[in-house]
Order: sequence, then C-alpha cells, then structure tokens
Amino acid sequence: MMSYFLPSLRFWLASLLVCVIAYTALMLALAQALVPAKASGSLVERGGEIIGSALIAQDFTSDRYFWPRPSAIDYDGMGAGASNLSPTSADLTERAQGLIARHGATPENPLPADLVAASGGGLDPHISFDAAMFQASRVAASRGLGTDEVRALIEQEAFTPGGIFTSGRIVNVLALNLALDAAAE
Amino acid sequence: MLEAVILIILVVGGAAALSWPLGKYMTALFSGKYARFDSGVARVVGPVPDQDWKRYAIALISFNALMFAFVFALLARQHLLPLNPDGQSAASLDLVFNTAASFTTNTNLQHYSGESTWSYLAQLGGLMWLQFVSAASGIAALAALARGLGGQSTMGNFFMDAGRAAFALLLPLAVVFATILAIRGVPMTLEGAAVATTLEGATQTIARGPAAAFVAIKQLGTNGGGFFGPNSTHPMENPDFWANIAEMIAILLIPMACVWMFGGLIGRMKHAGVVFGVMLAFLLVKIGGAVTFESTPTQAFADLAVMQDTGNLEGKELRLGATTGPLWSVLTTSTSNGSVGAMHDSLNPLTGLMPMAGMWLNATFGGVGVGMIGMFLYVVVAVFIAGMMIGRTPEYLGHKIEGHEMRLAVLALFSHALLILGGTAIFAATPWGQDTLNNIGAHGFSEILYEFSSAAANNGSGFEGLDDDTPAWNIATGLVMLIGRFLPIIVPLAIVGSLMAKSRRAESAGTLSVEGATFGGMLAITVLIFGALTFFPAAALGPIAEHTALMR
Repeated sequence: MMSYFLPSLRFWLASLLVCVIAYTALMLALAQALVPAKASGSLVERGGEIIGSALIAQDFTSDRYFWPRPSAIDYDGMGAGASNLSPTSADLTERAQGLIARHGATPENPLPADLVAASGGGLDPHISFDAAMFQASRVAASRGLGTDEVRALIEQEAFTPGGIFTSGRIVNVLALNLALDAAAE
Repeated sequence: MLEAVILIILVVGGAAALSWPLGKYMTALFSGKYARFDSGVARVVGPVPDQDWKRYAIALISFNALMFAFVFALLARQHLLPLNPDGQSAASLDLVFNTAASFTTNTNLQHYSGESTWSYLAQLGGLMWLQFVSAASGIAALAALARGLGGQSTMGNFFMDAGRAAFALLLPLAVVFATILAIRGVPMTLEGAAVATTLEGATQTIARGPAAAFVAIKQLGTNGGGFFGPNSTHPMENPDFWANIAEMIAILLIPMACVWMFGGLIGRMKHAGVVFGVMLAFLLVKIGGAVTFESTPTQAFADLAVMQDTGNLEGKELRLGATTGPLWSVLTTSTSNGSVGAMHDSLNPLTGLMPMAGMWLNATFGGVGVGMIGMFLYVVVAVFIAGMMIGRTPEYLGHKIEGHEMRLAVLALFSHALLILGGTAIFAATPWGQDTLNNIGAHGFSEILYEFSSAAANNGSGFEGLDDDTPAWNIATGLVMLIGRFLPIIVPLAIVGSLMAKSRRAESAGTLSVEGATFGGMLAITVLIFGALTFFPAAALGPIAEHTALMR
C-alpha cells in the first residue's frame, strides 16, 4: 500500500499547487488585468455610489419604474434560486393570477410570458421587448411623459442577446430605469 | 425553429469539430509521445512502474480515497480556516460527507447553494481541486482500458496518466475557457460580496467570487457543480449568450474527444467512428425531443391573460435564448456533467424525460473517460449477443468474449439500474422521499427518480425543488454516487484484464465486423434495450403519467 500512498501524496501536493494555487492566481491576474470591472461583478455606480450590478436584477415596485421578471427568491443576491415548480403546478397558476392583477393585464391585453414566469436564478436582469412595451404606458403616465417617448427609450435600450442567432430582443431593466431617470433630468 | 437548429449545429457541430484535433492530441499524449513532459511528471510523482489491471485499479482507488479524505477534512473545518470573506459557518457532517463523495466521484451533486454555504477556500482548494483530479481519474481509466484492448501488455501507470490528464489537458483548456468566460463577464475576484443601494433605496448584497476559474473546469471535466447555487442560470455564472455557447461546447468537448482517443489507442479509428455516430444519433434524437417538447407554453398559464407565443419560460433566463434550456439539459445529462442552463424541475414533463433517459444510458458520450468506458460495456454485450445470434464465438478486436467477461459486463450494467430503481422505490415508499417533495403527484415521483438517476450516473443535476439536504438523502445519494462511480470503472478494467490474459486472435473474413452500419445498428438496439427499456416502467410512473394527465 505504501507504494501507492507516496505517489498519491506527491500528486496531491503537485495538483494542489498547479491546478488550484497557480491556476487561480493566473486567472485572477488575467481577469483583473483584462476586464477589471467585469471581474469584480459588473457593478453599476451612480453619483459615486454602488447601485447594483448590470448582471443582477433588483426589485422595482414603484409605478415610475419598469418592473423586472418575478423572482422566487425576492432578488436576494446572496440566495439565488428558482421556484422549481412543475409547469403544471396549481401554485404557479395562483402566483400568475397575482402578477396579472398587479400588471393590469386583460385577455384583450395579455401579459408577456416572461413577466409571469420566474427566472432560473431569480436574478434575471432582463425582460423581453414585449414586456417592456407592455409597461410603457404605466411608466409614462406615472412620470407625466408621452408613451411614445418611453417607447423610444425602450427601442434604444433593446438588443438581441445572441446577435443573428436569436430573434427576440430583450432589455436590461436597471439600464432602462437609469436611462429613464437620466432623461428626466 | 431555424434559430434552434442553428444553435444546435453551432454547439454540437462546433464541439464535434474541435473534438477531432483534441482527440488526436490526447492519443499522442497518452501514448507517451511527449517524453520530456512525461519525465517531468515522473519527477513529480516518483517512480511510475507499469501496472496490470489490478495494480492500476488499486492505485486509482488509493488516490481517490485520499481525495475524499482530504476534502472531507477541509470542508468540515472551513469555518476555522482562512479565505472566508463572507463568514460561512460550519456545515453539517452529513452534508460534508455527501459533498466530498459527490465531488470525488465527478458527480458534483450539490445539496447546498455554493455562495451561501462554502468559503472561497473550500470551493477552490476542495471542490475545484476535486474537479480537476476526478476528471483526470476518469480519463486515466479510459486510457488504461484502451491500452489493454489495443494489445499492449500493460495498462500503463495511473499516476502518470492522471498527471498527463490534469496538467497537459485539463489545465491548459481550463485557462483558455476561464479567460473567455471572464471576458464575457463571469467574475474573478477574492473580494467578498458587494453591497449596493438599489434605485428604490433597498440594500442588495451581491455575491461574487473566483467564479471564472471554477466554472471553466466545472464544464470541461464533466463535473457540473456550479459556483453559485442556480448553476449556469445565475447571471454571474453565465452572463451572456456567448459565454453560454462556450459553456455548452465545453460540456461536450472532452467526452467527444475521448471517443477519438479510444480509437487512437486501440488503433481502430473506423470503429471509434461508428461508436461516435451511435452516440451522436442518440444525442440528436434527445435534443430534438427536448426542444420540441419545451416549446409548449407553460400549462399553468393556459387559461390566463398571458401571451402563449413563447415556450415554457419558468426557470429560464432570457439572455440565453429559448433553445438553451432544453438543449443544455440534454447535453448535461448525456455527458454526466450536471450543470444546468434552466431549472429542470420546471421543464415540461416529457422534456424532463430526455435528461432522465440520458442518465439512464450514461454513455451517449458520457463523462470524461467513463462515458466511453460505459459504451465499451454496451459494445461487449452487443458483440456477445450478435455472436450468439450467428453461432460464432463472440470476439471483440481479436479478444474472445466469454462467460466471465459477460457476467462482469452485465453486473456493471445492471448495478446502474438497481441503484436507481431500488433507491427510488425505497424513497418513494417512505417519508425519506415523501416528506421532501416540492411538487405533488407524478412530478414528485419524478423528483425522486431523477435524484437517484443523477447520483448513480454521477451526473449531479437535479429537480431542485426536492429538499435534499437531509441526512437520509445525503447518506443515500452519497453511497449511490460512490458505488455508481467505482464499480463501472473497476469492473471494465477487470474485463479487459481478463481479455489481456488470453491469447489474441487475428481477425479473419469471418469475424463479426465492428466497423459498419450493421454493427452501429446492433449497438444502438443493445443500448436501447438494456438502457432504456429497463427504466420504462419508472418513466411511465413519472414524466409520462404527468404528461398524459395534466398536459393538454
């Protein structure tokens, strides 16, 4: 057994040194050198304060702002997760009914599905283009702006996540709301 | 639809294209073509005598035992050790056992959420280290097996092979992929969580960490354990479409290359091509099924004021595109990876059947190294049955397949089924399983079935609504993972060891060919009957029942 123990020990040490310590140090150096802001979490600042991350959804409840996708974990940046409900679950229907009422959707003006379906991590920072357009009139009315003005802002912020490989457009909610606030000033 | 097809071609085709040169490199590496590198490894680990199958297996088990013991100790003491900026406390011992077993066996089943359970030291020094060396163990085992089949008199040396795999294959690829991920936005920092004041004045604490390094080896080594709990649905683990593509290609890359390495080491590339073709066919059928089934909108929203023009979006991320969820679910379970790009518990019922089937077969590319070993078992059975059918002595690459080898092969294949079905039966019938469900009825049964399938197949994904951080689940799945990992490695090594002891015959015109479409069909049917049919009753009770009862 000794003839297996010694090489095991040596390989253990070598792999720790190379695959953990050296590899981590190398990646830290590379990442911080090439993309320092992204390496630290893509944090967004306004007025010198950290107000969130471009990658992470935050809660918005005021009529003046666009609302993000539902989150099963209440936008907890330390406790990401999903509902893990089966798509046939009655709990899902109940949750959806609450959201439909909150958004004021009707059968003639139905809610885009991404505003009713919770995301996998609970921190999805985007909403679909349709979801943004759906909320445009509420936001415009609340801020005393023209709906066309708000729609134009959405068009500006919308992008296709995969270039030519994806068809629908999406919008980053935080970026959109920041642009809204900036336009107001 | 076109979008989905393009994405699938990009990912599967891209991985296949890259796997060819990688496979050639791996063949050269494990044939000892890089002598200077090999002597470097020898200087590090000490003398590397050639080993027969028994010594190779003992070496592999010894090192894996050390892996388990070291990480168990590290995880159990993480609250007393440095590099813990978020102040993670001590974890329960049954969770420590389960996690150590999980990462040692390349499963990466996670009955915890990374950013709220483990310190950076535990994640890097314990879990990420295991991701490298467990992958290296699997690749080494395949190289040994292939050498024996290819007619060499020894299987090589485990420590030399593990060193080659860890330092000359996994490490350089990991550096490349980690760089790509970091550039796309995966964080790479040792700072603790960031605290933000949101636009509406609330406080949001945002977890980050050395994720880019972790995620790269998680994908490449078919490990699958995420840095963050929701795995690659978390925006920091999978920030955009292009990181997503890279991560999906990384899932398939080495498993595909392993087939070419197998072919190279036995000197039969056409045979490897047939095996690759069979695996690819199964993969594409599952992908087609999953993507189609997932395009049905969420049933729970059917009669509500919700637009029904997208597929099922529950548990999905918008920046990844609609195809990612089902595509990733098939890739990850075909390769025993276990990472996720969408929440599997929220997949449509028949979509959820595709990943389950992948884990039941566990060889449509399968894990790094061990996937091809698993397919080797099916090949042995296929050759034996074909031989019986045409009244000839079954022979594979000149080796006679006799009763002893068949008994071992069937033992390995049936143990997989026994672990899954037995475990599911016990937990479905007792509070151990019943009290931990997130969904009732057939979907709840699916949650239990999936968990045991994932543990036995060393996959690691799950229907994550299941409350699996209980002593019963931790211990049961821990044991299943250990058996499910080492039995299907040792038994095939024993089979090849037994074949090596016999004289090898030259192939003649009468030998059953393992290089044509006929053999490919035979292999596919064997996989279907042994793999899929065994699990059909369980499938009927879970996903199929849910689909017929609740979907319209």
